[in-house]
Amino acid sequence: MTPPRPGRDRGLVRPYVVTEGRAHPTRNTVDLVTLVMAVRNRPLSGLNPEKRRVMELCGGGALSVAEVAAHLSLAVSVTKVLLCDLIDSGHLTARPPVPKAQRPDAQLLQEVLHGLRSRF
Amino acid sequence: MGSAPVSDPVYVSDTVTTTVKILVVGHFAVGKTTFVGTLSEIRPLRTEETMTRAGELVDDLAGAPDKTTTTVAMDFGRLTLSESLVLYLFGAPGQKRFTRLWEDMLHGALGALVLADTRRLDHSFDIMGLLEEHGVPYAVAVNHFEGAPVFPEADIREALDLLPETPLVTCDAREATSSAGALISLVEYLQTRTPGER
Ligand SMILES: Nc1nc2c(ncn2[C@@H]2O[C@H](COP(=O)(O)OP(=O)(O)O)[C@@H](O)[C@H]2O)c(=O)[nH]1
Ligand SMILES: [Mg+2]
Repeated sequence: MTPPRPGRDRGLVRPYVVTEGRAHPTRNTVDLVTLVMAVRNRPLSGLNPEKRRVMELCGGGALSVAEVAAHLSLAVSVTKVLLCDLIDSGHLTARPPVPKAQRPDAQLLQEVLHGLRSRF
Repeated sequence: MGSAPVSDPVYVSDTVTTTVKILVVGHFAVGKTTFVGTLSEIRPLRTEETMTRAGELVDDLAGAPDKTTTTVAMDFGRLTLSESLVLYLFGAPGQKRFTRLWEDMLHGALGALVLADTRRLDHSFDIMGLLEEHGVPYAVAVNHFEGAPVFPEADIREALDLLPETPLVTCDAREATSSAGALISLVEYLQTRTPGER
């Protein structure tokens, strides 16, 4: 199964592609604390070595974008490009940082506070 | 292929649906790395970006051109706050130049804790200015170092030109309860700024 690349084919490319592979902030795509995890049983053929390393790491469970970068000793900017590609190709899924609609800011802060108070 | 890529990752629990981040910032040697390490449940991690001196990002996979590059690093740690919620703490040095890594860190951050040292309060100005410029709410935590002068709170507030509502606390970044207390002060302050709006 060839991963679809609808964006590139139709010219609906995201900013970091437009900027010649540069990891543009991609504000709504991946954040430092976006969690990514591997989709099971996706073929790894055709992935470059860096992407294979990402898949190997992410096969074990969920990690934030920042953690992936640190564990693989890659720059965050490079990591984001790799992760976006792997999300596009269906190898990874991403969980956005805050499902905002579900948790209004006030409730979120209350949960943070409660968590801190009960842990320390 | 097949070389182990990984420094023993500790994965985030499957039940986690929400991640948030708080920045821990301040000048060199103020205690950022210590603070993050004290509170993190994982061994603190570090990432770096290579920039040209002009502030451009060098993100070619093949690596940086040899000449005029510099490295911007951040330390970060993780704290599971409930079954569904994880807090990441990002520690990064203040910088005159606003870098891509800074933009990444600030984006979506709940707020920032500015660590300060009474021996050089003026070293905190740059970072406070950067946070204000980008609308990131912050609290100030004075780390007490042995031999550092102890000033009345009012004097520190004046020296740092703090708004009356900005929390000013003291903390020992080597100590978990004390460091958590500083974070709690910050989050309580954030709550006062979020009166159920939106
Ligand atoms: N007395 C005291 N020493 C501290 C405190 N926080 C950090 N230190 C020490 O200060 C030095 C610099 O701390 P570090 O965390 O590396 O600073 P960073 O450059 O801001 O990351 C280390 O030797 C720490 O042990 C504190 O709250 N009190
Ligand atoms: Mg440090």
